[in-house]
Amino acid sequence: MDKNRLISIKEEKRAKIIENLLQNDLIELVEDKVVLKGDYYKNQLRIALRNCDIINPFDIEEYIAFDGYLALHNVLTNLSQREVVDIMKNSLLRGRGGAGFPTGKKWEEAFTFDADQKYIICNADEGDPGAFMDRSILEKDPHSVLEGMAIGGYAIGANKGFIYVRAEYPQAVKTLKHAIEEAKTLGLLGKDIFKSGFDFDIELRLGSGAFVCGEGTALIESIEGHRGMPRPKLQRTAHVGLWGKPTIINNVETFANVAPIILNGAEWFRSIGTEKSPGTKVFSLVGKIENAGLVEVPMGTKLRDIVFDIGGGCQNNKEYKAVQTGGPSGGCIPKEYLDVAVDFESLASIGSIMGSGGMVVMDENTCMMDIAKYFLEFSVDESCGKCIPCREGTRRMYEILELITEGKAQMSDLEELENLAHVVSDTSLCGLGQTAPNPVITTLKYYKDEYIAHIVDKKCPAKSCKPLITYTISDKCIGCTLCKKNCPVDAIQGELKVKHSIDIEKCIKCGSCYEVCPVKPVKAVEIY
Amino acid sequence: MKTVKLTIDNKEIEVDSSLTVMQAANSVGIKIPNLCYDERLDIFGACRMCVVEIEGSKKLQTSCSTKVRDGMVVHTKTEKVIQARREILRLLLDNHPNDCLTCEKAGDCLLQDYAYEYDVKFRNHTGKIRDRYIDDSNPFYVYDAQKCILCGLCVRVCSRLQVTGAIDFVNRGFDTIIGTPFNDGLINSDCVSCGNCVSVCPTGALMPKSKEKFRTWEVEKVKTTCTFCGVGCQINLLTKDDKVVGVEPVKNAVNEGLLCVKGKFSFNFINHPDRLNAPLLKEDGVFKEISWDRAYEIIKEKVDKYMAENGPDSFAGLSSARCTNEENYLFQKLFRAVLKTNNIDHCARL
Repeated sequence: MDKNRLISIKEEKRAKIIENLLQNDLIELVEDKVVLKGDYYKNQLRIALRNCDIINPFDIEEYIAFDGYLALHNVLTNLSQREVVDIMKNSLLRGRGGAGFPTGKKWEEAFTFDADQKYIICNADEGDPGAFMDRSILEKDPHSVLEGMAIGGYAIGANKGFIYVRAEYPQAVKTLKHAIEEAKTLGLLGKDIFKSGFDFDIELRLGSGAFVCGEGTALIESIEGHRGMPRPKLQRTAHVGLWGKPTIINNVETFANVAPIILNGAEWFRSIGTEKSPGTKVFSLVGKIENAGLVEVPMGTKLRDIVFDIGGGCQNNKEYKAVQTGGPSGGCIPKEYLDVAVDFESLASIGSIMGSGGMVVMDENTCMMDIAKYFLEFSVDESCGKCIPCREGTRRMYEILELITEGKAQMSDLEELENLAHVVSDTSLCGLGQTAPNPVITTLKYYKDEYIAHIVDKKCPAKSCKPLITYTISDKCIGCTLCKKNCPVDAIQGELKVKHSIDIEKCIKCGSCYEVCPVKPVKAVEIY
Repeated sequence: MKTVKLTIDNKEIEVDSSLTVMQAANSVGIKIPNLCYDERLDIFGACRMCVVEIEGSKKLQTSCSTKVRDGMVVHTKTEKVIQARREILRLLLDNHPNDCLTCEKAGDCLLQDYAYEYDVKFRNHTGKIRDRYIDDSNPFYVYDAQKCILCGLCVRVCSRLQVTGAIDFVNRGFDTIIGTPFNDGLINSDCVSCGNCVSVCPTGALMPKSKEKFRTWEVEKVKTTCTFCGVGCQINLLTKDDKVVGVEPVKNAVNEGLLCVKGKFSFNFINHPDRLNAPLLKEDGVFKEISWDRAYEIIKEKVDKYMAENGPDSFAGLSSARCTNEENYLFQKLFRAVLKTNNIDHCARL
């Protein structure tokens, strides 16, 4: 394999692929660039997702057709390790896994640290509820990750890479396996790549379903064959990592950004996004949103633009209430901050985090206590059990949220909840514990009145917490019997054309009656 | 050796730059509480009790896993630090049985000591406590999950020092316990019953199955050398009313705080009624106690008689691994130089 071969594959394939896609009305050409067709994609700028839904992930030649492996060729034949590190440093690319550590700086740490063996790891253990950015890249454009890893491997001096991918992504595993085989066959992985003398191999390691293994040190423990529990960071993993050797761990999306940066230069990358957070970020827009899906936009894009212009606002024209960014480690962002710029600093300043890119949209019917409880339950389940504050503290916090949503809490419980939130976040060992209280902390900050309504008035303002609501039927009832027919527990009595009533002893608050009540504009079934 | 200067609790000190803050503090007599630290093992960082305030860091830092730096200013007893430790202890007590009155470990329990020191008390709550799980399948010791604070010392001692790896953390999060593969019980695991896990357990989660009842403040510790083999492990015999009731390994000795199953658990023979305390002579099929002087006389008579009749090779000596090297040396010397025979062997050779 050499440059001429890459170019001949590109010339042969590219036009055919584009023609085919145009015929199927899937794409349009904007200034010679291929973009996916439709309003959803209009306001997006796809760098990490550049090839997704455009190329066939099982054909390496289609990846090459869109400049694939040209960056690797350039790096191996024209650039020194130092130069690659410097390009990455100049690009100011920040880790897309959540913490936002500058990638170039990280690489430099490992590059300048002398060792007989170094490793590069791709963290594909994506696990935030509702987040599937990495999954899409792995399933639709695996070579962009492999190429990024090979470039990273060259830069730091590693000839071995691991992709730690969760076993719950079988399609991603299949695509990756196939991609690695193809790249090896073409000599783009393996010995003496592009006759540069650089060897690079990639192996897959499958996670066994522990969320905490997305944490760098726990991931290393897991690859080493130990129980996935985070290590205290006495030394940087860039110096002492996998099997005690210098190790770089980057996220899938970070690697997918590497080849475009090499091809187009650091300046180009910095021209996108904000000064401190250049480039784009992929978000998975989910929840009560009209157009759910993956969104890649320049950093600094306003939250309003993502949720309303691209996402189309809340489903069924309901009112927007909040968006949860950063998954269980993140926070809820209320209405008044819709104009916040989505970048690392701005989100942190309002108590949330960028995280890996999950964006769960909530509407007026979402109870924030319920959301906090949901995310906390996730953290309770996924705590590895190593450190005391996370293992014991998140459980106690969850128990208080249970009391609150059942209407059994007192104001002293709220104080205890706040106290615990700070203890857990201040003293936990790893990022999981330190950020687990964030959903509680941000909802306490922005929705304290809802907490008080649950505790003092024993009411759920969003009418979502079952123990705190009652269904009744008002005088507007036309006696259509629809609710009676739909009630799964026969809690509704009433004759045809006579006002019905609900036996609250029997009622299980499933909401079926409310859903089917045909009275307009205000339903006869009321929730208190 | 590169050194750094730092200040801990207003005390300026100069220490080796490779030390952690906790080690540096310890070196000048400032004790930092911890439940999971052991100088023989890798840093674990699980208990979070050793948090300290370091000027310039917004968050509290664990002193066990923070290296000293030049100019560092550390405070180990600020209100914030004390409060954090109290909260951690409270979280532990919320999930710990309130039975210190009858717990065998009372008086020797780190959790109890710290709860007392930091004035944290048990409280009533409606939350969950860990499910009851007791593994008493091993004949020498027992594991009680409810008393376990999951410091991981037992797991690490078993895998890193004893190099057996019989136990590990099982389950996740709040349900984590220490267990064996497939929860098959300690007796079916690789456990060699060395009891080193029992020795390091800071609470009553791992306890010897001792029949003796004693409180830690009732016993006298007598340092001695284990008599089971020639290694020379140092042990403290715990004695109550002139009776040995337990054994603990000595840390600053050749065995570095480790023992084997015999050293750790086999001390009952000391007070056993069947134990030989004097030489016995069999006359007319019955053993009779005799004095040492009388025993030596008989031995000498018989040696002289058989030497004259059959020569040196009619003798053979079998020595024991329970003897020291010096004793074994003298024993073979007796046979080779005095009895002039090479018929000498040792149980450790078998």
